[in-house]
Amino acid sequence: MLNPQVMVVGAGPAGMSAALAAADCGVKVLLVDFFSQPGGQLVKQTHKFFGSRGQYAGVRGIEIARILGEKVRTHPNIELLLDTQVLGYYPDGVLTMERTLDGESEYLKARPRRLVVCAGASEKPLAFPGNDLPGVYGAGAVQTLMNVHGVRPGRRAVMVGAGNIGLIISYQLRQAGVEVAAVVEAAPVIGGYAVHASKIRRLGIPILTSHSVKEAHGERELEGVTVWQVDERWQGIPGTERYFEADVLCLAVGLSPLGELLWQAGCRMAYVPELGGHVPWHDEHQQTSVPGIFVAGDAAGVEEASSAMVTGRIAGLAAAASLGMCPRYRELLAEARAQLEALRAGPPGEKIRRGLARLEEVARRAQAG
Amino acid sequence: MGPVAGQLRRTGLPAVEDLARVMPPEEVRRRGPVAIFECFERIPCDPCYWACKRGAVKPFRDINDLPEVDWERCNGCALCVAACPGLAIFVVHEGYTESTALIKLPYEFLPLPEVGQVVGALDREGTRVGEARVVRVQRPREKVGTPVLWIEVERDLAHVVRNVAVAGGEWGE
Repeated sequence: MLNPQVMVVGAGPAGMSAALAAADCGVKVLLVDFFSQPGGQLVKQTHKFFGSRGQYAGVRGIEIARILGEKVRTHPNIELLLDTQVLGYYPDGVLTMERTLDGESEYLKARPRRLVVCAGASEKPLAFPGNDLPGVYGAGAVQTLMNVHGVRPGRRAVMVGAGNIGLIISYQLRQAGVEVAAVVEAAPVIGGYAVHASKIRRLGIPILTSHSVKEAHGERELEGVTVWQVDERWQGIPGTERYFEADVLCLAVGLSPLGELLWQAGCRMAYVPELGGHVPWHDEHQQTSVPGIFVAGDAAGVEEASSAMVTGRIAGLAAAASLGMCPRYRELLAEARAQLEALRAGPPGEKIRRGLARLEEVARRAQAG
Repeated sequence: MGPVAGQLRRTGLPAVEDLARVMPPEEVRRRGPVAIFECFERIPCDPCYWACKRGAVKPFRDINDLPEVDWERCNGCALCVAACPGLAIFVVHEGYTESTALIKLPYEFLPLPEVGQVVGALDREGTRVGEARVVRVQRPREKVGTPVLWIEVERDLAHVVRNVAVAGGEWGE
């Protein structure tokens, strides 16, 4: 049985920031991730990040992964377990894990004094005929194939979703030499940053708003995609069909927070569409309704890597403070909260602020009722 | 958002009014190369401020603010062009020669063109509107930086061309 003072699940930007913040306070941290390298989504983000200096603005995601990864690997207070999948949270406060090393499986258990869940989020699926054909991918998977493994997913792609993920990965597909026939977006406007949209328009990639995928075609693998216009109720309009030859169909239609461990731990959860789905209620210290269990990053609400680094830092500091190991907590918390507010101050942050307000409302009603 | 969202939000293409708002004054453009920030949306972002060594980008009160340029200080060195995460900044020298303009643009594709190479000149929709001659290829100091291409185009394309098509690249020619 491992008995770390703080256990952090997930070594993405939130988890690494949480682990480093707690470790810098002298806390012994166990940082666990199911992948073979730390970094989470950062390991495939070849584009430059936004935000401010404190969150590595202007630096490529892969570089941020390398910088933070190096820090967590070498910090004397952090034990980093890779290739380790956390399996569950048990009522006695024990977490079970499976670690794979050289093809051998090892079953581990840990009973941390404090837990920080930074499990991130996963791609939402989309249902349409043919969606199970080889060649239909979650956009994140295409990004991993190209940017982590150097493998082209195909020759010609159609992208579904014009949020930041759909726009950025369309750009990266072109960088890898894959043609992008079109980006389709069901909403009447482009959801992602205008600069990302402008970048792919300069490449000649059309962005079809108020359009969605009708059907994916192919015998044994994807050969083509039919898209059509959709109305205000997201219903396809017959007669507006357009066919694109394609062997890759990427779905970038949103992320859903991964909250399994939090459900298992009995955290009060709420469904908040603005945050991507079910999220745990949490206070300004990133602590959930279960004392000693903290949440940060996309698992707390789908946002950005820059915010993940800050919410992770807050959770790590708060976990350390709750163990009496962070004398400057008030000051450091105020600093981090100010950074978070700055990140969330503009129009893109409006959705997050609405979501967090709704989360408070839902939690308040649940407590009253 | 009004009853109909603006062109930029609907198509990814800036409207004429957007471009007019960021265009440097004529007397500034006449003096030499100057940076044009095709940045129209309030998002949390400020690397341009940190990149400029001449203090030509005014300090951000709020990192969601749009960048403001001090035209007296900007000399078109293009450090901001390489730094911008949105690849949204272009340096334009309208009077490069009697008949041609020089554009410095960010380019993150392989192969990088060679100096002297003639490449396709593309507008904001990726439509080929002419040709451009590569004057210089600024490779970044760090391997992960953004290369900046200096291209020479016909003068009346100075504010139209914002991308290139390189032969041997994945566009193919």
